[in-house]
Amino acid sequence: MTPNLQTLHIKQLKLTLAGDTLLAMHRDIAPGEVLTVMGPSGSGKSTLLAYLAGFLSPAFQAQGELYLGDKRLDTLPAEHRGIGLLFQDPMLFPHLSVGGNLHFGLPRRARDKNAQVAKALEQIGLAGFETRDPATLSGGQQSRVALMRLLLSRPRAVLLDEPFSKLDTALRQEMRALVFGQLREAGLPTLLVTHDEADAAAAGGPIVVLE
Amino acid sequence: MVLLPAFGYLPVLGGNTFHLEAWQDLWARAGLGHSVWLSYASGLITTLVALFIVVLFLAASQGTWIDRTIRRMVSPLLAIPHAAVAFGLAFLIAPSGLLVRWVSPGLTGWERPPDLLIINDPSGLALMAGLILKEVPFLLLMSLAALPQLRPDSRVVLARSLGYAPGIAWLKCVFPALYPLIRLPVYAVIAYATSVVDMALILGPTLPPTLSVSILNWFNDPDLSRRFMASAGAVLQLGVTLAALLSWWIGEQAVKCLSQRWLTNGARSSGSTAIAVGGRALLITVTLLAISALFGLALFSVAGFWRFPDALPGTFTLDHWQRILPSVATPLINTLSVGLTATLIACVLVVATLEHAARHHLAARRVQWLLYLPLIVPQVAFLFGLVVAAESIAIRPQHALVVATHLLFVIPYLYLSLSEAYRRLDPRWGQVALSLGVSPWRAFWQVRLPLLLAPLLTACAVSLAVSIGQYLPTLLLGGGRVPTITTEAVAMASGGNRRLVAVLALLQALLPFIGFSLALLIPRFVWAKRRQMRGAA
Repeated sequence: MTPNLQTLHIKQLKLTLAGDTLLAMHRDIAPGEVLTVMGPSGSGKSTLLAYLAGFLSPAFQAQGELYLGDKRLDTLPAEHRGIGLLFQDPMLFPHLSVGGNLHFGLPRRARDKNAQVAKALEQIGLAGFETRDPATLSGGQQSRVALMRLLLSRPRAVLLDEPFSKLDTALRQEMRALVFGQLREAGLPTLLVTHDEADAAAAGGPIVVLE
Repeated sequence: MVLLPAFGYLPVLGGNTFHLEAWQDLWARAGLGHSVWLSYASGLITTLVALFIVVLFLAASQGTWIDRTIRRMVSPLLAIPHAAVAFGLAFLIAPSGLLVRWVSPGLTGWERPPDLLIINDPSGLALMAGLILKEVPFLLLMSLAALPQLRPDSRVVLARSLGYAPGIAWLKCVFPALYPLIRLPVYAVIAYATSVVDMALILGPTLPPTLSVSILNWFNDPDLSRRFMASAGAVLQLGVTLAALLSWWIGEQAVKCLSQRWLTNGARSSGSTAIAVGGRALLITVTLLAISALFGLALFSVAGFWRFPDALPGTFTLDHWQRILPSVATPLINTLSVGLTATLIACVLVVATLEHAARHHLAARRVQWLLYLPLIVPQVAFLFGLVVAAESIAIRPQHALVVATHLLFVIPYLYLSLSEAYRRLDPRWGQVALSLGVSPWRAFWQVRLPLLLAPLLTACAVSLAVSIGQYLPTLLLGGGRVPTITTEAVAMASGGNRRLVAVLALLQALLPFIGFSLALLIPRFVWAKRRQMRGAA
């Protein structure tokens, strides 16, 4: 599934709002590595995610470059970057079935779509859930489907925006293991934004603390 | 284009020089002063009363089930066209109308309809009542749409924790913040009420009529030279509306100054019972009047023989429906084709605008004033200009012209009702879609549009209702050759058979109602298997 694993390079990044510098960063994230970014609200964490994903509001100015391997990303629109996103909420499209959500993630020319979807559901213990309404799933089940949707889209890097903060404690452990396990297995460079020290510990990678 | 003929310039009619004859003719009209006064006063008084009713209700409303029920009953009233409300009210309060029948002869002793001039009364009270019936739901819905962003509940809770009674808390802490948000709708109401034509034709005084109706009469006068005077009148109408708006603005400033002390004087509960009772009672009265008016229409449309003081007809019949249905086929088709075309065009334009703004993070503040312009400038004033303009470049009155003019009024309403839904849609939906690698185009068709299906259909129903209700644009730009249910109904107002009028007015009220029902039912049907989508709708 991941023929060539590549490193995400954040080069000389400086994000400013009306002349004030919000944050500066210069990091590489290796395939399979999780970089954890921590910091209080207002430290520019969400701005960083918006920049990387390609949704930065024009109110902000960004200097610096973003590369995946030797491919420049920061000049590309969001849909061509190949950077997947997981939010606090699973964000399963409420108008599609569970299977529909997974199909939405698959690239248009993917082969054996139904088989891939079935296999993905089986991996997370939800075999046969294709036609279910996402609203009838539990919070944990929704999170797992969201993760599989992300992986089926074959991203080349992943951003996690406090993905465990809305789960209860027991479920949180389980999801951490699942998410980090899958991302590592897929060999994806990952950037995790969180408030929770335990998330950072479970991620097991380097930690950056923003002020 | 309306200015030139007002000063004597209209080459088609041989007016090649500028002069003030039209104005001299206008000033010489008997009763002009009274007409002007009627337009000015009815605009200001009705807006004041309607706003008073709405504000008092909102202050009294505590979110109990009674309040929610009242709200739910008011919203459909907005969809009923002005003309239908006017007819309904006329049938209700006329000397031989429902109200008199219900209390006669028991209370009044009348065995025959009293010889009173209730409808078309010279001081315009019936017209004002009709206007208020339509303005209250409009202002209420505008306020309800603006309120959530003010977080009124926490404001009231805070004030109540300081010892303020609920109603007073609302008036002192929420209303001052709400008013700026509904100022434009209030101005639109004033402008509409000072220049309304269809309601004034049905309920308003006749000798002399309101300024707007006089202008229409001069414009349609077989003596084409009257058009110069009509143009001068249209300019005068603009002045009257501006004067009303200016008076209101001065009133606003005065209230602002005078209320400063009241806001901070510390009085916590004086008058709170009056608010709680009055606020609800007034709104219920308005709602009941409107519902009885519709009930009256329905009753008259199937009434056979109906002796005067009887509360109900002696016999029921479908004759009126059968008699009129064959002849309404064309108007019905026109109404629907114009309404649906205008809605479709407006929908594409508005969605494209909103989607563009959403993709480029644009905040569209300044656009609002521009959008409201057709709602604030009196129709009579600029539609004549449009007609003159169309004639001078030899565009014949026709369907397309009517649709184009309807767009002027349909687009603002569609934009207003949809932009809020668009703004509230979580931007992360689009972001998730894009980050999964789909194109912005697919993200729009497959994610944003389906998620917005319910508000989109509601907005379309609003726009269809607006188009169906248009009287003056249809009449003028269609040159009488595009009859719709609305123009036919109003045309029958003066001499027509009351029962046939009831059928037409009921049809007119029914069409928007069907639109709104579809807007409500389609999402439920489409999303039958999607729980969250039904909740969102």
